Amino acid sequence: MSDVTVDIEDVKADSDHVMVDVHGVHKSFGPLEVLRGVDLRVRAGEVTVILGPSGSGKSTLLRTINHLEKVNSGWISIDGELIGYRRSGGKLHELKEKDVLKQRTHIGFVFQNFNLFPHLTVLENLVEAPVSALRRPRGPSEEKARRLLDRVGLAEKTDAYPRQLSGGQQQRVAIARALALEPKVLLFDEPTSALDPELVGEVLDVIKDLAGTGTTMIVVTHEIGFAREVADTVVFMDGGVVVEQGPPAAVLDAPRHERTRAFLSKVL
Amino acid sequence: MKLREISTGSRIAAASPGAGTEAPPVKDDLASLRVVPARHYARWVAAAAVSVLVAQFAHGLITNPVWEWQVFRDYVLSETIVTAVGLTLQLTAYASVLGFLLGTVLAFMRLSRSPVLQTVAWSYIWIFRSIPMIVQLVFWFNLSALYERLGVGIPFGPVFWSIDSNSLIGTIGAALIGLSLHQAAYAAEIVRGGVLAVDHGQLEAAAALGIPRLRQIRRIVLPQAMRAILPTAGNEIIGLLKGTSVVYVMAIGELFYQVTVIYGRNGRVIPLLMVATAWYVVLTSLLSVAQYYVERRYARGANRTPPPTPLQRARRFVRTLRAAAARRNQPVVPLSLAGGRR
Repeated sequence: MSDVTVDIEDVKADSDHVMVDVHGVHKSFGPLEVLRGVDLRVRAGEVTVILGPSGSGKSTLLRTINHLEKVNSGWISIDGELIGYRRSGGKLHELKEKDVLKQRTHIGFVFQNFNLFPHLTVLENLVEAPVSALRRPRGPSEEKARRLLDRVGLAEKTDAYPRQLSGGQQQRVAIARALALEPKVLLFDEPTSALDPELVGEVLDVIKDLAGTGTTMIVVTHEIGFAREVADTVVFMDGGVVVEQGPPAAVLDAPRHERTRAFLSKVL
Repeated sequence: MKLREISTGSRIAAASPGAGTEAPPVKDDLASLRVVPARHYARWVAAAAVSVLVAQFAHGLITNPVWEWQVFRDYVLSETIVTAVGLTLQLTAYASVLGFLLGTVLAFMRLSRSPVLQTVAWSYIWIFRSIPMIVQLVFWFNLSALYERLGVGIPFGPVFWSIDSNSLIGTIGAALIGLSLHQAAYAAEIVRGGVLAVDHGQLEAAAALGIPRLRQIRRIVLPQAMRAILPTAGNEIIGLLKGTSVVYVMAIGELFYQVTVIYGRNGRVIPLLMVATAWYVVLTSLLSVAQYYVERRYARGANRTPPPTPLQRARRFVRTLRAAAARRNQPVVPLSLAGGRR
C-alpha cells in the first residue's frame, strides 16, 4: 500500500468520470499469488465484462473491489473513495468493519449461488439492507422493493420464500436485492454459472436491461455472446493479470495476444 | 424384511406382460389386475411377542399391590407436590434462559477473531464441562467459605461496597448459578455448532449488503442456525428439567426433594417415586410439544411446502374417513374402468 501517489480527488464529473479504479492490486492466498498487479478503470455508466480461464483471478478481483478480500498491495477506489482504507497525514488507515460495511452499500454484489436469505420472504430479502444498513423507513423501502421486483418480472413472488423459486428467479431476486441499495456500481460474479441452460437467458435479459439504463457494471462471466452484445469493454485476464482489454469487437474478434486467442478458441 | 420386499417385487414382475400365464400381453389390462399385498410374517410374530410383554407389564402395574395407586392418587395433586413442580419448572426456565444467553455469548466469543476471547471461552467450556454438576452445586452452596463478602470496587484496589455472600446469593440463587453455568458450557457448543452449520455464503451476502454486524448475527445467522440448534437444545432443556433433581442435595424444595421428604416420613417409596415420575413425564411431554412448534416456526422457508401440524393432519384424517364412508354408500366402480378412463 506504499505506492499511493495518484490524487484520487481528481475525478471529473463528465462521461470520463472514473467510477471504479483498480490500481496495481496484488492478492495472495498463502503461497499462491492470485492477482499479480491488476489495473482496471471503469467509467461511469459503462459495462465491463471480465473473461478468462478458471483460476485466472477474475472472481478474486471482483471480491477485492467490495473488500470481501483484502488486497496485499495496490489500491481500489469507487467514485473517488478509497475502499477499505482512509488516507490522512501521509498514511493509510485501515477502516473499521463498520465503515467498510457502509462503503459496501454503494457496491452491489451478485453471487454465483444467489445467496438469498432462505428464511426471509422475497420482499424481506429486498428490504433488509435498506432498512438496517441505510436506516431507511420500512414502508417506502417495501414500495421500492415491489417496484424492483416488478422490474425483474417477479411482482407476484413478493411473499414467496427463495426455495420456492427456480434458480433463474432466485438470481433475478438477488439482482433486485442488490439494486435496492441504489449502488454506484454493480458487480456480478458469474451470475449464470449455477443455472440450468434454459434459465440463463432470463437472467442475462435483466442484466442487459440494466446496462441500457446506464448502470455501471462489472460482470465476470463465461457468456461470450453476452459480452459481445452488452459490454463496452471486454477485459481478458489470465494468470492474475489483465492480458488485454478493449471494445468487444477488438478483443473478441481480433485478439492481439496468443493467450486470448487460445482461450476464445476453446469457448467459442 | 428386505427379502420380503424383493419377493414382492418379483411378484409384480411376474404379472408383467408375457411373464405370467393369466396375464394377457396387453399393457392397459395390467391396471385391472388385483394387487395382493405382501405378507410380513416375521413382523406379525414380533408384534405378537411384544404385545404379550406389554400386556404383562400393564397387568403388573394394575395388580401388584406394591405400586399403591391409592397413595399415588393422594399425593400427585397435593399442594406440596404441585408447589414443588412449580419450583422445578422455575429452576428449569431460569437456568435454560440464563444458560443459553451466556452460552450464546461464549459461542460468539469462540467464533470471534480475538485470540483472548477465544481462549477465555474455550477455557470456560473446558472447566465447566469437566466439573460434575453436583460438585459445582456444592461449591456454590459453600461460596461463603471461599468469599465471605462480595463487593464492587477497583480490581486489586479498594472496595466501595460489599455484601455478605450468603445473603446475596441464598440457596436457590446458588442452585440457579450452578445450573446456569453448567448449562452455558453445553449451550455454547450447541450454539456454535448451529452457527457453523449456516452456509458461509449467507454471511458474505450479508456483509456485501453492508448489513451491520450485530444485525447480521440476529437477523441472518441465528434464525438459520436455530434449525441446527433446536433439536439438541430441546434435548438439553429436557435434560436440565430432570437435572434440577440434583439440587435436592441442597435441600431445595423442588419435586424430587419433596418426594424424598415425604417417603422418608411415611415409607411409601414406590408410589411417591411414581408421583415424581408422572410429573417429569408430563413436563417433558409439554416441552416436546413446544419444541415441535418452535422447530416448525424456524423451518419457514426451508421446505417448499411446510409439513402439516398434527392438528391439520388429524383433520385431514377425518376428512379421508368421511370420504371413504361416502364412497362405501355409492355403487362400486370396477377398477378396470378407472384404469381404462386414462
